[in-house]
Parts: sequence; C-alpha cells; structure tokens
Amino acid sequence: MAVLLIAEVNGGTLSVDSTAKALTAAKQIGEVTVLCVGSGCTDAAQAAAKLEGVSKVLCAQSDAYGHDLAEPIADLIVSLSSNYTHIVAPSTSASKNILPRVAALLDVMIISEVTAVIDADTFERPIYAGNAIQTVKSSDQIKVATIRTSTFEASNEAGMAEVASIDACADPGLSEWVEDKVAASDRPELTSAGIVVSGGRGVGSEDDFKIIEGLADKLGAAVGASRAAVDSGYAPNDWQVGQTGKVVAPDLYVAVGISGAIQHLAGMKDSKVIVAINKDEEAPIFQVADFGLVADLFDAVPKLTDQIA
Amino acid sequence: MKVLVPVKRVIDYNVKVRVKADGSGVDLANVKMSMNPFDEIAVEQAIRLKEAGQADEVIAVSIGVKQNQETLRTALAMGADRAILVVATEDVHTDIEPLAVAKILKAVIDEEKPGIVLAGKQAIDNDMNATGQMLAALTGWSQATFVSELSVEGNSAVVTREVDGGLQTIKVTMPTIVTVDLRLNEPRYASLPNIMKAKKKPLDEKSAEDLGVDVTPRLKIESTGEPEARLAGIKVGSVEELVEKLKEVGAV
Repeated sequence: MAVLLIAEVNGGTLSVDSTAKALTAAKQIGEVTVLCVGSGCTDAAQAAAKLEGVSKVLCAQSDAYGHDLAEPIADLIVSLSSNYTHIVAPSTSASKNILPRVAALLDVMIISEVTAVIDADTFERPIYAGNAIQTVKSSDQIKVATIRTSTFEASNEAGMAEVASIDACADPGLSEWVEDKVAASDRPELTSAGIVVSGGRGVGSEDDFKIIEGLADKLGAAVGASRAAVDSGYAPNDWQVGQTGKVVAPDLYVAVGISGAIQHLAGMKDSKVIVAINKDEEAPIFQVADFGLVADLFDAVPKLTDQIA
Repeated sequence: MKVLVPVKRVIDYNVKVRVKADGSGVDLANVKMSMNPFDEIAVEQAIRLKEAGQADEVIAVSIGVKQNQETLRTALAMGADRAILVVATEDVHTDIEPLAVAKILKAVIDEEKPGIVLAGKQAIDNDMNATGQMLAALTGWSQATFVSELSVEGNSAVVTREVDGGLQTIKVTMPTIVTVDLRLNEPRYASLPNIMKAKKKPLDEKSAEDLGVDVTPRLKIESTGEPEARLAGIKVGSVEELVEKLKEVGAV
C-alpha cells in the first residue's frame, strides 16, 4: 500500500502535532509519502522529513497554494493520485475543505474523521456526534480519508527522508484569497494543547470569559468554548469544542459553566481527565467528569486559579 | 438567479440516538425527524437573497425516502418557492452517500441552472461534511465552505469562512457552491399561514434512476456500535479538594 499524507502547513510552517498524529494512522496502512503544499514550504518539507516512518516528502510551491484554496490544491493532489492507494490528511478545516473535492474528482467516497484503521480498506469513524461508531469497508480504488488526530499518538521525530520538489499545477482561478483574521495568541493551539479550559453559557458574558482565560493562562492551557457560549457571542467560533467545532483530547479538560450537551461531549469526551464546575448538580457534564464540583463558577474559578501553583 | 438548497431529513437534534443491539445501525423507527439544522440556515440565507432582490427563485431539493416531502414542506413554509424530491431509497435506514447525493444534485443543476447552491456544511447524522465540496468538484465550480458571511456581488461572491484559528475571507467566481456554518444567520420559524400556503406550492417528485444516478454505496457499513462509555467520577466538595485530587492524578 502506498499512502499520500497531505501535511498540515500553515503560513509555510508544518503543523507538526496534527501531521505527526495522522502519520501514525497512515503508517498502519502502508508506506507513507508526505505532500507539503504552500506558497513557500521548504521549511515545512524539511520538518516533515524528520518525522519517523516517512519514506519521502514532496514539496509543491506556488502562490496559488498559499491560502488553502480548495480548487488548485485539489487539482494538484488529483494529478499525483495514480501513484497511491490512499490519500489521507489530518482532519482540519483545510483538509475538510479540500479532500472531499479530491474524492469526488476521483469518483470515490470520502471517509471522514477516521478514528481507527482496521485494515487497508476498513476504518472506524464516529457518526451522530460520536453517539455511534461505524465500521466501514471501502470498495473504492483509491481511499481518501481525513484522520481525527485526537485518537492517534504523534509519531516521533527520528527520520531523515528525502525531499523532492514537484511542479505546481495550473491554477483554475475559481477563487482568490482576500484576507485572514487570525487572532494572535500566546496560548497553545486548541487541538494539540495538553490542557484545555472551556467555558459555556453559564459564564454569562464576553467580559466574564476573562476568568476562564485567567485559569487557562495559569495552567498554560488553551481556551475552549461550548457552542452555546459561541452562539451567545461570549467566545469566538474558533474556540468551539464539539460536533461542529473542534475535537480535543487533552490530558486535562476543565469544563466551566457547561451543561454537557451531546454535541459538546462529542468534542471532548476522549480527554484523559475531565473536571466539571457547574452550579447545577443535575448537569449531564457530571456524568462524564472524573472530578465534579457543584459550585458557582464566579466563586470557584478565581479560587482555583489562585490555588494552582 | 435561481438558488438551489439541498435539505436533508435527519433525526431531530434533540433526540437521544439509540444504537441497535444487533449492530446494524441506529434506530430510526418512530423517531422524530427534522430538517438538518445547518440546512435550515441555508434555506434562510436563500430566502434572504430573494428578499434582497438578488435571487428570483428558491428551489429546495431533498434526496432520500418519500417522507422527505415533510422536510421539503418545511422549506416551502419558510419561504422556498418550489421543491424537488428525489426518491433514492425506500428504507429510512439507508443513508445515501454524499458522492451519490452530489451526483443527483449535479443532475438537478444541469436541469435548473441555478447561480448559487447553498448547502449545510454537515449533516448531523453521518457527520461527513462532504456533499458541498463533492458537488463543487462534479460541477467544476468554485467552493466556499463553512461560511459565516456571504455577499453576492455580480459575477462573484465574497464570503467569510470559519477556519481553524479564525476567519478567512475569499472571493469566489459565480456560479458557486456555498456550505453554511452556524453563525451565518438565525433561521426563521414558519408561520401558520405560511405552513398552509406551503401545502399548495409545487413539489416535483423524481427518482435517482430518472436522473441516471447509481446510488450503490461505496462504503459498506460492516457494523455500528456504541462508543466506549466513560465512567462517571466523583464529586468533590471544595476547590481545595479538587486541587488535591488533580495533584494526586498528576493532572496539574
């Protein structure tokens, strides 16, 4: 089996964590070639070459590839597809945009959010916000899949694979980038953070979200939010944890003022240790929490922030 | 300009999903079904385009079982002008794969020639997040996924997309396929008079065969199981006790 793993490259830098986790899944299938795509991605390609188990790195550079636009990148991946049995990528907003397009161009189904590789044709994936796990066997010639990174350990950096530059494809010119609004933050990235502190509707306002951020900063944690908090405008959407947001599995997840709707649990229930702070002792979040504290969050969170060394 | 809005009939988002004991799937018999929540947002946006004078007609399409008529009537009651039902299976438990759905929608597009397709970004049953992207591939059109702002300006549309880390704004060439995210709008409720009116709006019925699309699945579902249950932990009495417990397990 020959697997083409599409690396996650942001602004020319390899997202090591998500790529290394998807690599672990890819290695269970066969020999892995990594594709780095960007307006400049030689650094990302060098970083990918160091990941253990990578046999080769392809680097495709073009201005058309600088902003994760689906149409030119899908065309590039399709042009390479005849050499591979599998095309996979860590499940990110970029790959979720691009890979289904690739699959349809190849007339194959996409296998989204793979959580386990059973064999080269058979995969597990969650459905219904993780309330059921489906095992699917693909009959397609080429398997195109996104890998849910939270369920795979990251591969080590112990390799030195060969890096080859490849030509870019013609840009179909269907869309153009205008601007990015990316919040600059010193906090760890949500999907790869070791600790995540999330706030829900119970936090009550955008201003009061600062106490969630205060606890997060004390713990060196990323900040998350429930869909209810995002819908209410307390937190930006890129903080959203859940079925329609990000899926996280940190060592410690602290849920503050979050009731624990099914769609939120779908995004965090694989965390190693879950702490819930909620004043409603009947809140469903307590059913998945290792440690539950029934308390007013405005009282408990500042105390907790103080008491953590 | 015509707007095409695909809508899916899914288990209502408030219903607790039950996995069948024999591993054959999720129990959908006698369960409340509703329009996929993201598709409601797409219908709303289509109606707003029409209200703003940017679209002439809103066509809702649903693919699946005959009962999808109800979902289409909901779209019509919200304000869609007419509906097309493509019957692709008789069994409510058969989920038509995004690739087959995209092929059917492509066939509908060839007939209707819309200027824009507004679709939900993801169905809350199979969580595939694929139909819009696949349809864009099959039509060769531009795609704008996970959209939280949309403005149509002549031959192009400027969209803001929800991406990891923030927002991205891109300009796409029309015709285009847009998949909508939560924050695009707040869908309206259908009023009673509009529900009554919707019963008289045209609803065409076709089959997948009529459109020449083979809906045989590419992914064979071997089994469907319950996720591993997480054991409930303990309640602690105070912040002090919580900190102590977290130290014990090495979490802080």
